[in-house]
Amino acid sequence: MTEPVWWASENFWRKTAIFVTAFMFVILIFLTFHSMSVILAGSEAERVPAYSVINHRIDYRFDNERSMFRPVIGEEAPLFGTMYTEAEARALVDLGKLTVQAKNCMNCHTLYGNGAYYAPDLTKAWLDPGWGNEQSRETLMLMFLTDPVANARTYGTGRRMPDLGVTDEEARGVIAFLKWMSAVDTNGFPYGFTPLPQGGE
Amino acid sequence: MAISADIPLTGVDAAVPHESGLSTGQKLALKYFVAAMVLFAAQTVFGLLAGLQFIYPEFLFGVLDFNVNRMVHLNAMIVWMLYGFIGSIYWLVEDEAGTELVGPKLANINFWVLTAAVTVVVIVYLVVQVGAGTHASIWFINEGREYIEAPRWADIGIVVCTGVFFYNIAATFIKGRWSGISGTLVLDLIALAGLYLAGMFYTTNLSVDQYWWWWVVHLWVEATWEVLVGCIMAWGLMKTLGARRRIVTTWLYIEVALMFGSGILGLGHHYFWIGTPEYWLGLGGFFSALEPIPLVAMVVHAVYDAGRHGFRSNNHPALAWLIAHAFGNFLGAGVWGFMQTLPQINLYTHGTQWAASHGHLAFFGAYATINIAFIYIALQHWRGNVWMSGGLPGGGWKWKWSLGLQCVGVMGMTVAMLIAGYEQAFVERAVGGSTWSAFFDGQTRPWFLQAMQWRMVFGLVMTAGMAILFWDLLTIGRGETRPAKQVPDPEAEPAAAG
Repeated sequence: MTEPVWWASENFWRKTAIFVTAFMFVILIFLTFHSMSVILAGSEAERVPAYSVINHRIDYRFDNERSMFRPVIGEEAPLFGTMYTEAEARALVDLGKLTVQAKNCMNCHTLYGNGAYYAPDLTKAWLDPGWGNEQSRETLMLMFLTDPVANARTYGTGRRMPDLGVTDEEARGVIAFLKWMSAVDTNGFPYGFTPLPQGGE
Repeated sequence: MAISADIPLTGVDAAVPHESGLSTGQKLALKYFVAAMVLFAAQTVFGLLAGLQFIYPEFLFGVLDFNVNRMVHLNAMIVWMLYGFIGSIYWLVEDEAGTELVGPKLANINFWVLTAAVTVVVIVYLVVQVGAGTHASIWFINEGREYIEAPRWADIGIVVCTGVFFYNIAATFIKGRWSGISGTLVLDLIALAGLYLAGMFYTTNLSVDQYWWWWVVHLWVEATWEVLVGCIMAWGLMKTLGARRRIVTTWLYIEVALMFGSGILGLGHHYFWIGTPEYWLGLGGFFSALEPIPLVAMVVHAVYDAGRHGFRSNNHPALAWLIAHAFGNFLGAGVWGFMQTLPQINLYTHGTQWAASHGHLAFFGAYATINIAFIYIALQHWRGNVWMSGGLPGGGWKWKWSLGLQCVGVMGMTVAMLIAGYEQAFVERAVGGSTWSAFFDGQTRPWFLQAMQWRMVFGLVMTAGMAILFWDLLTIGRGETRPAKQVPDPEAEPAAAG
């Protein structure tokens, strides 16, 4: 048996496999450190806002410079008529996030487009025109989350959200979480979304 | 099940013959394979229930809601893939290491502990379903994160069981001998177990949550699982065809280089829209577009080896499923992934039935197929290393029909969901601007509704194929008296270069 040429040899490809894997992994670690610093809530990069962003009006507009849609943080617009400190806001969003996980929302809905495709995406749920206007939004969301069967929003599909036993407190947490999520810069996803009228539009 | 002395032992029994014809690891592998098939059935049943709810939303409403059915559908799938992998590795470890398993009792206890834990998790999924918005729910009911819903206590259990499994495999190779395949396998198992830890934490910040969640999900299914099946495939080709070790090992290294070279940063295609920096659009798009290349290499490798040996295998069903794996992996993971991986396309297709279409073909094509191939290899030896080449009773119609029906069923479901996904991308995303009303508009158009109906039809075709598979697995080789066809010795070098 003659030895294969160097580029077809086992030894060459073993070394290549080890080198390529190690190199790519090091690059990923480096990018992970950078990405983590950028996506910390309230970091200077302003991609993922501090939790107290729920005290403000959130809008979603096309940015000509970046050529994509992005959230616009506006004037003060307290949630449930309350101005929260950063710690209070974090606690409320945290309750919402825990509730979203404990109720297994992600196996019907998508968050940032990830999850299941049986029910609508929640990335911009806070801004959805389906809530009518700024005045009716919080009340309608609370009613829907605490009793989704009686207040079903099926849009003619017959698909209803089941009663997951969401308490009033948990519903407020979920709404705070959704408001915070709508303020995250998601590189223009979803495209072409028009929020409900806000600020006397 | 004794193997008669005159049967040439070119297969898995050669290194560690046992009284029953099977080594300790191989007996253990059979348990994993049985559990895997039970979970495969569960996956299919809950998939059918979830699929029906798209057509009849009131079906089981308030009893077994869509989120529960889909979670069990996904989790049963993931766990049976893992059971199949663990079984396959236990099947080959003693043959590859040339020695006996170091901790057979521990391995046996590990199987029962893991299986009991899986059973408890599924019962809680089905009975308790959801909890209050507290950490206790995440620890004891479900974590609410797609694919890795297992509650935290189960996460810890999985890590412990994986540790025991890893110890058994690595220590057996250390005690026996190493090869290119076993070296790659052990390093890959370290990465696979380590990555699971990245998903075991809670954070309020959804962007940080999804960043690490994808470390588990992507770096498992699009990197470490692929390398794992590459190792299994290499061993499978040696055993069914007698492919030369030097050839399959070199190919394995090429595949690892290409797989990790493209797949590690290909992770970036999950970082387009979760709040992460814009550079991931370019990086993720570029590297994930390269991800099909190693899958092409796998097809070339498998088909070349099969052709080189004139398709003269000692196990036709296994070889057919290995070839189905090569093509299914390329089509499902490669082509269907590539179709929507560039951010310019993904902006519209992300979070639609496109992803479900890709998921179905990829998981079946890349992983279900090779696990089934290994079960056939195992059954052949369990029956006493009997004949499983051409000329099986009834022309081998059961394995041929089950393979055909499952491939047609999965491909049909995939195309139906792809059509639904196209419709969603246009109606809901491009035209409707992704509002809730646009979402439901997309869900009520004829193209979408018809696609969901066709998905059910092909789901039933798949189920029929699965039923025939179970029938075949229970009966193939029974009463067979002919010994297995002899294949060339993979370790022997040909006399002249060729």
